Amino acid sequence: MDIIRAVGAEQLKDNAENFRIGDTIKVHFKIIEGKTERIQIYEGLVIALNNTGINRTVTVRKISYGVGVERIFPIHSPKIDKIEVSRMGKVRRAKLYYIRDRVGKAAKVKQLMKRKLKKNA
Amino acid sequence: MIGLIGKKAGMTQVFDEEGTLTPVTVIEVEPNVVVASRTLEKDGYNAVVLGSVEMKSSNVTKPYAGQFKNDVTPKKHVIEIRDFEKECNVGDSFGVELIENLVYVDVVGTSKGKGFQGVMKRHNFSGGRATHGSKFHRVGGSTGMAAYPSKVIKGTKMAGRMGGEKKTVQNLEVVRVDAEKKIVLVKGAIPGTKNSIVLVRTAKKK
Repeated sequence: MDIIRAVGAEQLKDNAENFRIGDTIKVHFKIIEGKTERIQIYEGLVIALNNTGINRTVTVRKISYGVGVERIFPIHSPKIDKIEVSRMGKVRRAKLYYIRDRVGKAAKVKQLMKRKLKKNA
Repeated sequence: MIGLIGKKAGMTQVFDEEGTLTPVTVIEVEPNVVVASRTLEKDGYNAVVLGSVEMKSSNVTKPYAGQFKNDVTPKKHVIEIRDFEKECNVGDSFGVELIENLVYVDVVGTSKGKGFQGVMKRHNFSGGRATHGSKFHRVGGSTGMAAYPSKVIKGTKMAGRMGGEKKTVQNLEVVRVDAEKKIVLVKGAIPGTKNSIVLVRTAKKK
């Protein structure tokens, strides 16, 4: 293995990418406030996966109080407790940026019935 | 001052203790062997000459081989470090353990060659306006002044070859030293291309 990948490999999580593009996921994100630590859940649609190895990130979009919010999480970050899939989506592209231009029902992704919730429930 | 010869392996990111992604440069360090030492009595100053990376014997010329004494095999890269703060004899070998306790380092390397560049890129001139009838865009402007001195003073900043020169980046944080993999991770970028030779040394201003 080349040396750059070996450096990141130590911090890689097992099975961190347990979701696909188009899925709706819940990201359990650790927030440190002074001494206390709490977990915040951010739920939204996976519209993009970028980079490889330790740099792998996921872009999660949701509508919050009528405003579109996108957060980019490094999926191997120790700050991420876990990622749950709440709904599987059926999509035909790797990047769902077209969702940004759509409002309401048009911005929905069809649910994928084939590999439905059983595994993740 | 202590230092080591290393090779820039490239950049990546790692998570620090707080879980923040930190950009790092990976520097590979092969064993550094003390080739010679300079002393105050003999040479007028104290220094240690370090060598790294073995050479193919067919590539070694006799004059080059002459500087390697006491069973030290010829090394591809040789650097002299003044006032080396560690007791050592000719033939001793150092690895990354030497800089394990350093918090900040300076990295000296050869910057990437950028070819013939104009004054805006090479000397950070501000240039002129792009629009509104301006006819003055990226050129340097007047260099010779008026009747006096009526000539271009030596050293005036102009367009020309840029890069490919010795550069030092100071006060880089040491993120991790891995003796097993023989690598040092420093925070941020360092001069040069991948596989270029760099000197990692004690930070002078910390």
